[in-house]
Amino acid sequence: MKFTSRPPAAKVLSVRDLRKHYGDLVAVDGISFEVSPREIVGLLGPNGAGKTTTLDMILGVLELTSGEISVEGIDIGMHRSRALERTNFAAVYTPLPGNLTVYQNLKVFGLIYGVKDLSRRIEDVIKQFELEAFRDVKCGVLSSGEQTRAGLAKAMINRPDLLLLDEPTASLDPAIAVDIRAKIREFALSGSGGVLWTSHNMYEVEDICDRVLFLSHGKILLEGDPKTLPSEYGKENLEELFIQVAREPLTIREIGTS
Amino acid sequence: MKCRRIFAVVLRQFYLIRGSFSRVVPLFAWVTIDVVLWGFITKYLNSVTASGFNFVPVLLGAVLFWDFFIRVMQGVTMAFFEDVWSRNFLNFFATPLSVSEYVGGLVLSSIATSSIGLLVMLIMAVIVFGLSFFGFGLLLVPFLFVLFLFGIALGILASAMVLRLGPSAEWFVWPIPALISPFAGVFYPLSTLPHWMQYISSLLPPAYVFENMRAIVLGKAASGSDLLVAVCLAALYILISGRLFVRTYRHAVRTGLLARYSAESVS
Repeated sequence: MKFTSRPPAAKVLSVRDLRKHYGDLVAVDGISFEVSPREIVGLLGPNGAGKTTTLDMILGVLELTSGEISVEGIDIGMHRSRALERTNFAAVYTPLPGNLTVYQNLKVFGLIYGVKDLSRRIEDVIKQFELEAFRDVKCGVLSSGEQTRAGLAKAMINRPDLLLLDEPTASLDPAIAVDIRAKIREFALSGSGGVLWTSHNMYEVEDICDRVLFLSHGKILLEGDPKTLPSEYGKENLEELFIQVAREPLTIREIGTS
Repeated sequence: MKCRRIFAVVLRQFYLIRGSFSRVVPLFAWVTIDVVLWGFITKYLNSVTASGFNFVPVLLGAVLFWDFFIRVMQGVTMAFFEDVWSRNFLNFFATPLSVSEYVGGLVLSSIATSSIGLLVMLIMAVIVFGLSFFGFGLLLVPFLFVLFLFGIALGILASAMVLRLGPSAEWFVWPIPALISPFAGVFYPLSTLPHWMQYISSLLPPAYVFENMRAIVLGKAASGSDLLVAVCLAALYILISGRLFVRTYRHAVRTGLLARYSAESVS
């Protein structure tokens, strides 16, 4: 099959009316959002709100009940491999296979993503994430901080248009977390990629995200700039707003509609 | 289907085996033990029977073929289990890798690992126990081909079973060759079996291989139609097991099992 060249999409990720039901249980209930190039979007919400379910559907490892997802204008349902070639991810619960070294994992995933000039790219990301000393060390024996850096090196090996991060700094000490956030911000600013980020660390979200989406019971309750959103809802900071969304989502809806 | 993605799956297996003594040894240890054990049994039987019948090609040849089949099947399942054990499904299937490329990589890995086992068995059987393959002639090729195809089919089927039932279902996989062997007639003619078992045997490609192998050793001609049936059956089983694996994968994607694959979530 031959594909014609396509103009660059205005949005790296476009999600339309996305739903996921497990029988009677509604995990994601008709959400729509977009991520633009060079934008970092925070996907926030209490446990069970549907954040990871949403990421899993974007990654093609969970079938949608209905809706549409496209990466750089490519529908993930119709052209899964082409869409995922432009995507990558890192998640705290999915470390790289511990039985391969950092280099071996980067080589295997670089081949899967079809990275050009792979050897040079591997050296670049090893240097970028300061993994030189662990190049030939099995990922399973790395500390959690080192594993996170190795996972991010893998996530950036193909210079993705869309980077999905599920609590990437959850197991890191504050000093390392600052470095990791800086690298992710650098990724967003230096290229044309967008980032969709989930985190429970509201300080981090306020610091790094350009826009946030608050999810509760599978629906987007709020959307806006993390620096101004709390004051719009009469809260001191994002953490207070998060707590209200988690405990009293109905009151947020009422404020939003009044 | 992209070759580089299939190569990536094979390369992962190569890295795992190359860097691990405990993965290298099983490639040839069990087959060596089997050839040595059955080699001496056949020598003993040759010495105590006055008939002059040569047990070496019948028993040792059968052991060698059967071990090859097991190595092929386990070559697929072991490669699959590496991803189960390291919880690698989300890493792999959240990439452009397709399920057919993944299974293709498992099959190629199995070809490589089972070839090592076959080579070791052949060297041991020929040099130490004087097993001659000249008697089988060119039929050695279809014999091994049928066993290879059926080993691949069962390996894919067993992997689909573990994908569906969870990591703990691994223990259903190991006895599969032992369950099949009485019906396959590895060491005795199928006529020895009761009729109901013979019906089951007629559905198993290895049964045709071992029946014809014995025919050649006894100086009779091998049946071309038998071997054709065996090849067709084995090819059919590969198609069925491949489709089953894809269906199981799609079920796992639909229900969320793939994203949360663990003993707790699946069982």
